[in-house]
Formats: sequence, structure tokens, C-alpha cells
Amino acid sequence: MMVPLSWYIVLGVVLFVIGAAGVLIRRNILVVLMSLELLLNSVNINFIAFGHFYDDFRGRIFAIFVIAITAAEVAVALGILVALVRNKATLKVDEVAIMKG
Amino acid sequence: MELVFFLLFGTVAVVTALGVVLARNPVHSAVALMACFVNISAIFVLLQAPLLAVIQIFVYVGAILVLFLFVTMMLDIRDAELQRFLPGRNLAAFALLVLLGIEMLVLVLMSNRFPQAAAGSRTGGEIRELGVTLFSDYLLPFEVASVILLVALVGAIVLARKESG
Repeated sequence: MMVPLSWYIVLGVVLFVIGAAGVLIRRNILVVLMSLELLLNSVNINFIAFGHFYDDFRGRIFAIFVIAITAAEVAVALGILVALVRNKATLKVDEVAIMKG
Repeated sequence: MELVFFLLFGTVAVVTALGVVLARNPVHSAVALMACFVNISAIFVLLQAPLLAVIQIFVYVGAILVLFLFVTMMLDIRDAELQRFLPGRNLAAFALLVLLGIEMLVLVLMSNRFPQAAAGSRTGGEIRELGVTLFSDYLLPFEVASVILLVALVGAIVLARKESG
């Protein structure tokens, strides 16, 4: 039996909300970055599901680009994190206020 | 059969995603995230995108999560794991999340513009066709992505290097 498209979209929505919860309420910077990965992955599910149901390659190509940009983002974010911990010795989101945000 | 597999993989993906957000130890979060990624790649297989499933496992599980685990090992996480959530009541964040979730679910479930069945599935030369499209119509974005990856590589090395003066 076929799975309707809306189920895939609902799965993407649920994962997106969980990831957003992690970004908004967790205190550990590492877990915040992991939740960011979850957000990007739920968007990928949507891209590929729409691409499959409309028989269009552009969904998959977009997903490939999203994965590539995610890899770049994680490398830079973890580099910043290592530099931050070396200077300030904290992993808590609310204690990093160098830029007065 | 496809339905059973979808429900299985989807349920496990959601449970492990909750594990990522709720786990006390960042290492447990990383392992739960790995399980979540594997399940999502299984869902990509259900969507007849096996190439994307393999890329997902290579890039996310093979590269990104290993990077996370290395950084977790390098840093001292003992004081950070005592307090999981931001101090104070996160009422605004919860309200925002509930609003976001309800809005998206209503928009998805009320819509009747989704196609009911998949269009004709072309499974045969799928990867070849994908490659041709990627290297002809999307050549410029592809090159830009490679430059972005190079810049990120250099940037990560510069950022993580010790100041030697």
C-alpha cells in the first residue's frame, strides 16, 4: 500500500518542531548544533518526498546541496566552538554574550 | 508493506529525535542523532532515492557525527551536563513551538492539493539522470558549493588553530 505524501510531510513537521525545541530550549551548545542538523534533515525529507511524488529531480538535487552546505556549516560551527571554549571555557548558550546579543 | 516500514522508521526517527533533545549527556544525544539519521536514510530508500540514502549515511553518520563526537571528547562537558535547559521558564519558546507545530499541521492536513499517488516512478537509470542534471543544469551551484566547502575547510582550520603569535 502506498504511503500518501502528506504523511511524509507530517513526519518532516514533527522532526522540525522537535529540532526547533532543541535549538530554543537546550543550554548546551553542542546539543543546539545537533538539533540544527535535525532541522535541516527534516527539510530534506520534504524536498525528497515532493520530488518523488511529482517525479522531479530538482528535489533530490536540492537535498544534495543542503547536505553539502550542512557539512560546511558544521565544520565552521565546531571550529568557532573550539576557539570559544579555549578563550572562555564555557559550553552554555546563555553565558556567551560577547556580542551583547 | 511500505506503510508498515514507513510507520516503523518514522516512529523510531521521532523517538530518537526526542532523545537528542532530552538526553542529559551530549554523547547520548550524538548517538541518538545517529540512530535518527539512519532511520531518515531508510525513509529516503522508501522514497526511491537510494543515492540520497547512501550520501546521508556517508556525510551525516560518517563525517558530521564523528566530528561532533571528536569535539565532545576534546571539550570538558561535565559542568554543561548538569543543567539541561536554559534557566527560567521558557514559556515564550514553548508557546512559539506549539503555535508553529499546530500551524504547520493544520496547513498540511487541511490541504487537498497534494497528489494522491506518486507519478510514474523511474527507477532504472535514476542515478545517471541525476548526475547529468547536476552537471549540466546545476553546474554553477555545484561549483559554488565546492567553493563554499573549501572556504569552510580553511575557515575551520584557521578558527581552531592555536594562536602562535
